[in-house]
Formats: sequence, structure tokens, C-alpha cells
Amino acid sequence: MSPRVVFPNTFLPYLLVAPQLAITLVFFYWPASQALYQSMLREDPFGLSSRFVWFANFRKVLSDPNYLNSIEVTMVFSTATAAVALSTALLLAVMADKVVRSRAIYRTLMIWPYAVAPAIAGMLWLFLFNPSIGSLAYGMRWLGINWDPLLDGRQAMVLVVAAAAWKQISYNFLFFVAGLQAIPKSLIEAAAIDGAGETKRFWTIVFPLLAPTTFFLLVINTVYAFFDTFGIIHAVTGGGPGKATETLVYKVYNDGFVNLILGDSAAQSVILMVIVIALTAIQFRYVERKVHYG
Amino acid sequence: MATVDLKDVCKVYAGGVEAVKGVSIAIPDKALCVLVGPSGCGKSTLLRMIAGLETISAGSCAIDGKVVNTIGPTERDIAMVFQNYALYPHMKVYDNMAYGLRNRGTPKDEIDARVRSTAKTLELEHLLERRPRELSGGQRQRVAMGRAIVRNPKVFLFDEPLSNLDAKLRGQMRVEIKNLQRSLGVTSVYVTHDQLEAMTLADILVVMNAGLVEQSGSPLDIYEKPASTFVASFIGAPPMNLLPLRSGHLEGAVTLPPVPASASTLGFRPEDCEIRTEGADAVADGALRLLVEVEGVEPVGAESFVYCRVGGERMVVRVPGRVEIKPGDQLRTYARQEKLHFFGSDGKRV
Repeated sequence: MSPRVVFPNTFLPYLLVAPQLAITLVFFYWPASQALYQSMLREDPFGLSSRFVWFANFRKVLSDPNYLNSIEVTMVFSTATAAVALSTALLLAVMADKVVRSRAIYRTLMIWPYAVAPAIAGMLWLFLFNPSIGSLAYGMRWLGINWDPLLDGRQAMVLVVAAAAWKQISYNFLFFVAGLQAIPKSLIEAAAIDGAGETKRFWTIVFPLLAPTTFFLLVINTVYAFFDTFGIIHAVTGGGPGKATETLVYKVYNDGFVNLILGDSAAQSVILMVIVIALTAIQFRYVERKVHYG
Repeated sequence: MATVDLKDVCKVYAGGVEAVKGVSIAIPDKALCVLVGPSGCGKSTLLRMIAGLETISAGSCAIDGKVVNTIGPTERDIAMVFQNYALYPHMKVYDNMAYGLRNRGTPKDEIDARVRSTAKTLELEHLLERRPRELSGGQRQRVAMGRAIVRNPKVFLFDEPLSNLDAKLRGQMRVEIKNLQRSLGVTSVYVTHDQLEAMTLADILVVMNAGLVEQSGSPLDIYEKPASTFVASFIGAPPMNLLPLRSGHLEGAVTLPPVPASASTLGFRPEDCEIRTEGADAVADGALRLLVEVEGVEPVGAESFVYCRVGGERMVVRVPGRVEIKPGDQLRTYARQEKLHFFGSDGKRV
């Protein structure tokens, strides 16, 4: 450990961290406390008056079948997104690791989708798979698949998962490629001499050694699927059909800004905040220690 | 147990670089063959070709009489000890050693028995439940050895296994490797750039340079009759003194024994050279007598190295014990005729 810098007076250090503190206070603690306060208020339909109701909003939200449905949708959505994004990225990274010629070009092409904004990515997939104008939707119908994500909730879910995962694959790919490169080549050679075939080598040597990367990405992907996919869902399905793709974040937006039930929406965002804190805690606790070989 | 036969083995890399340019070595059963040479001489590439980690561009490699050119490392029944040990960091020592046996479908009881007996031989029993990062360098080295031994393969391959250890441990492990190899009787190929390691370990020593074998044979034969100036200067520490001859004359020589007509370099080992201040005539006739100027003296305890200049060239004399010689002294040195080596203008022995 490097020696700690000790300031002779107490004023200077506080002054130095003041800008960071101010930003955190203004942009995080203040809105968070507002949300906390608002989650305990109930407004009249016209927004003219509000009264303090303690935890009534939470009780209402948690007993609302629509909210429970949204939790289920979020679980399905984020599990599927993380699974698809991680496994596809891992497969591509393993393949890219074998490419000998023009490696750099191949990798650059793989990383490009990450530069696409979520809403644009959503639009892209929407155009491709729109039942009336989508070119790929046309192909699917030609293959005899009754493709209509505007009516079929299951298909809508497949579409948003595909769009969300597609966007995240590049990011995961980058980390997996780096992770693979960090595995000494001699380990793979030693395993080959030890009689392990390629598949066996992957599952007994490569995959366990990628575990820290995989776990890190799992947390990142889950957080991404929970919170950063609003743009995609908004552009592709708008939470529909019905409420088939309405995730927790989308419901916060829908209840708050569309239906203007501010108390419910605030209560939901407080619940989300608790989930983020829990995920972050898991990340810090395990990513740093458990899955590390050093 | 097996023989290893290399015939005109070549390695050309994709970029056109020729790493190995036609090497033939025959290693008999149970022998320890050491490949030695400077960095980039192709010794590691050759070892990796025997292992099956590199393809063989031309020529053939046979293990136990069977050509293995197209067989992968998995089926060659060899074990390799890597320079960085290549222990699986996520596995305990026990699993590291059992990995190869498990892959080959050895029954569980047998794996257990073999791992434990190997661990006993190598004094690793108390470390079986540890992970590689919890071990010291020397312990890791032992585990890497254990992983190779436990499989009971046809051939051991060592790729500079001791280069990451400190000097004292290296000396210990050297002896241990030699004893293990002898008691197990497994044919081995050992790559090193350390000529001392090469000399002490080898049954067959192969000196390589620029992708070719310069000389092969028993270590002492090579030491006593180096085939070229390269071998002469590579084997032995300090290396052989090499002085250029100009049309049969040597600058700084008081008397020079008859020189073969084609010789352009004269060589003698530092320990074959004596310093005498009196009784110069007692030296046998026909000896090389040189008048040298001392540049520096290195006493290392049991012996001293006297660095001198003769004509424009540098040379070193190895003297037992301590000497009362100072830089700037003018000395006479002698080397017996039978201890002289002559090399032609192409560097080959005459």
C-alpha cells in the first residue's frame, strides 16, 4: 500500500472534494430524497393538492397485479437478455480468438454496434421486424412463421430481447476478448498435452479462468437490462402489446409521465433504487473477492 | 519407454522465417538429451515440434519408432514442463496433477494412488490441497514436474524449467531432475540456454546455432573437442580463448608450435593456460608461449580469473587459488601443445 497523503489542515481536503460532493448532492441525493418524499404523497386527480400517506403507495403498488406482472416481465427480459448477450459474445470472442488474419478489422466490426444509441438500435430492429414493412418480417412470413409482434406478446418479448442483447454483445465481446487474451497460451498447451480435447479445454480451463470476467459482465448486463433498455422498449413496443414488455423502468415512466400517478411512480422508483443498491453490493462483495484467482 | 528420432526437421513460419533448418538427432531410450544454444537458435521451436505444439514443415519426428508428424500433442503420450510452469491456477495441486489422468479416463482409485505416490516422491504431500498461487517458485516447479511424472509418459520435454528459480534452488533442482530422470528411466529432451545446466544434465548434448546443429555428442567430448569456434565459445565458463592467426603467426607469441596450414584461429581453454614467472624453460617443448599484459584479476575464492591482453586480443587465464598479480603486470603464459585447438577460416575445427 502506498503511504496515505496527510494534509496539515482540515479545510483544504474538504475544499478539494467539494465539487464532487456538490454534484453528488444536487444530482443524486436531492432527487433521491425527493423521490422518497414523493413516494409517500398522494395527489388528487387534478394535481392541485397532495397529502402524506406514509407507505400506502408502496402497499398499493406491491399488491397491484400489473406491478407483479411487470416484475415477472423484467425477470424474463433481463435473464433472457443477459443470457443471450453473454453467450453470443462469448461464442464470438472465442471464434475471434482463432482468427489469424485481419484480426483487428474483425474485432473493430464486432465493437461497432456499441456506438449505436439504444433508441436507434430499437428503431433498427423495429424496421427489420415490423410486420407490415420489415424486410426480415417478410422473410419470416415467407418461411411460414406467423410473425406479428404487435399482437403476440411472446414475439414482442423476443424482439426486445434480441434488440437489447444485440446492443450489449459488443460490450461483452470486448471484455471476453481481453479475458481470453489474459489466459496464458502455455496453459492451453499444457492442457492439450494433458490429453484434453478442444471442447474439454474450453470447459475445464478457459471457462473457469474467464469466471471473473463472466461474473462482472453478468452484473453489468443485469443492470443494463434493468435500467438502460428503456429506449429500446420505448421505440420497439412501447411496453405492449398489452403489458407484455412493460419492465419496471418502463412502468415507472408510464405511470409517472403518461398516467400522471406520481405517488405510485415514485414508490416504484424507490423500489428500483433498492434493487440497484443490492446489485451494486453484490458486485462489490463478490467481483472483488470470490471469483478471483490471481 | 521410447526413442526419439528427428530426421531433417525444418520449421518455416508463415512469414517465411526459417527457425529450424534441417535438424537430425537420434535420442536412444532412457537418455537425457539437452538442446543448448543462444536465444533464437531454434531449440525451443524444435522442442515444441516434438511436443506437437508446432507443425513440422519438413522432415520427420518419430517417437518410439512411429512417425508423429500429423498426430496432435494429446495422442503423442508426452509430458512437458513449461518455463512458467503453466499450472492451472483455478485447480488445487492435487487436481493439477490428476487432470491429465482424468482426461485419459484413468479409474479414480488409480488416479488417487498415483498422485499420492508422485507427491511423496517430490515431497509435495502437504501441498496437495493448495492452489498454485499459494506456492513458492520452487514448489510450483515441483508441481509442474509432478504433473509430468504422474502420467508416466513415453517422453519428458523440459522447456527451460529452471530459469525462473534463484541460483541456489536451480542447482538443487538440477541434481533432482537428473536423479528423477535416471530412476524413472524416461527418455527426455531438455532445452536450456545455460551451458552449465547443459553440461551437468546431458547424456547427449546438442549445441544449436541459427537453426542448425553445430555439434552433438557427450558433454565432455564437446568440451574437449569443440567442432567450431561457436561451440568453443559457447560451452565452458569462461569460454575458450580464441586468438586470430595471421598467415600462421600470432601477435604476442614468443614461441608458437607448428600450426596447420588452413588454421586461422587458435584456441585454448582458460584452465589449460599457466602463468609462470620463473623456470620458464621447464615447460615442455612445443608449448605456446605468450607475452601478455594483465588487465584485471577476479578472485572468486577457490580460483582466480586473470584477464589479459595479448597483441590486440583479450584472453583469460584460470588460476587455482589466489594470485599476487596486479593490473598492468607483464606476464608469460604457457599452454601445452596438446591443449591447443585450431579452427579454419569457416570457424570449423581443423
